[in-house]
Amino acid sequence: MGSDALFYVFGAIAIAASLLVIAQRNPIYSVLLLITSFGALSGLYVLLDAPFVAVIQIIVYAGAIMVLFLFVVMLLNAPHEETPYDERVHPLLREGPTRFGGALALALVAELVWALTRRSGSGAFAGASASSVSAIGRSLFTDYGLAFEVTSVLILVAMVGAVVLARRDPVSRDRTAAGGDR
Amino acid sequence: MTPLLMAQLVLTLFVFVALLSSSAVMVYVERKVAALLQQRFGPYLVGPSGLLQPFADVLKLLFKEELRPGAADAILFAIAPVISATAAFAAFAVVPFGASTTFFGLLSEPLRLQVADVNVAVLVIFAIASMNVYGIVLAGWSSNSKYSLLGGLRSSAQMISYELSYGLALAGVILIGNSLSVTDLVNHQAGAWFGFIPRWSVFVQPIGFLIFMIAGIAETNRAPFDFPEAEQELVAGYHAEYSSMSFAMFFLAEYINMVTVSAVTVDLFLGGWHGPFLPESLGWIWFLAKTGALLFFYVWMRWTLPRYRYDQLMSFGWKVLLPLSVINLLVTAAGVLYFGV
Repeated sequence: MGSDALFYVFGAIAIAASLLVIAQRNPIYSVLLLITSFGALSGLYVLLDAPFVAVIQIIVYAGAIMVLFLFVVMLLNAPHEETPYDERVHPLLREGPTRFGGALALALVAELVWALTRRSGSGAFAGASASSVSAIGRSLFTDYGLAFEVTSVLILVAMVGAVVLARRDPVSRDRTAAGGDR
Repeated sequence: MTPLLMAQLVLTLFVFVALLSSSAVMVYVERKVAALLQQRFGPYLVGPSGLLQPFADVLKLLFKEELRPGAADAILFAIAPVISATAAFAAFAVVPFGASTTFFGLLSEPLRLQVADVNVAVLVIFAIASMNVYGIVLAGWSSNSKYSLLGGLRSSAQMISYELSYGLALAGVILIGNSLSVTDLVNHQAGAWFGFIPRWSVFVQPIGFLIFMIAGIAETNRAPFDFPEAEQELVAGYHAEYSSMSFAMFFLAEYINMVTVSAVTVDLFLGGWHGPFLPESLGWIWFLAKTGALLFFYVWMRWTLPRYRYDQLMSFGWKVLLPLSVINLLVTAAGVLYFGV
């Protein structure tokens, strides 16, 4: 009874916060609402008897990734989203992008219907209990070892890509300004 | 209401009040120790040898005017100190400070001296510590002042850099204790080797302890790592625009974080409430003594060491502390695998 009520409370917070994320003009508020949504999600994990996943959700998403988001938003110093009223039609509101977006939305709805109607137990966690850290660790490094390693390589590739993009091109650099540091 | 539930509520309230008053005590200790180290008297006019000085400070802050810069973001400016203070209080909820006790037979069942016994307590502490940065960053940004923003950005960069080493140092202790519950980790350190060396984690994980202490000081923004509020460069850093009670909340949060980090260090590395001479039921005296010693060390550090340069802090965190903690974790894991602790 009590946990049912909590489920609805956390669910409502998660949905409301997620909706507000895309309704904000100020990106900083969006980031904070997303953190709120993550917090509510981690509450749901606790109700599902998975405290480890709940805490990891907070540490990884709310604590690490969102701090970097906040950092980027602040450093870009974009307090308000650009609203180009002077253009008659926003480039994203032209016919091509709208159709593409509509197709994507349809695909998403179809996927959700397919996933929700296909309620078999195949997604259930095979370990003893979702709260057992050693069970999660074991299945992560044995049954799902390939997926785990592929994900880490993907993140490494993204990191290398970011470094390459952010690095200044040494040839085009102004040599007089570079002075003696090279 | 069952007596146990009553006791639990009283305990929660007690921890809250104790944390509040611990920051008052720390304000006094900080000023007195600073005076001692600088051959001054320190506060001595308010009350017997200045003991009432913290109360005078709080009263002064209460009666000050609450100011907000005109260009500040009103909502975030108000929320930021609340986030800081809440995170500081919340972290202590999972820190145990004594063995289970029945209070000399007053209760039918033993009560754990801990607000919430979570089986992933170590990670909860870590998660809440990572929430701490939001209060500071938001304060810095919402003030709409360059000093505040610089302080906030420095703080987040510093906390992100040192959180990694902090977490990896924790992982070493978790490996040896084979549990994520702080109570289990403390109980794992009971007893002594050869009858006189206490089985504290600090003797098994000396490098881990060192990394944890350094990262802990950086996490709490204390000198010599107090860049977010470096007075000479940033006026006061992230709280430069704050006044009255919202400033007091940041102040409170800073001291409570110090107490929490010391308490966690005692629990994880210094044997918690285990110690010689005292029975298990009076273990909280050991806990208090050890935490007090660490807090004194913090204050001592602040008034002894000058602040480093910011680039020194960053390169030390990423190029020395992080590789060291990774190596420490690898060696610990290999040792656990080989000796089978």
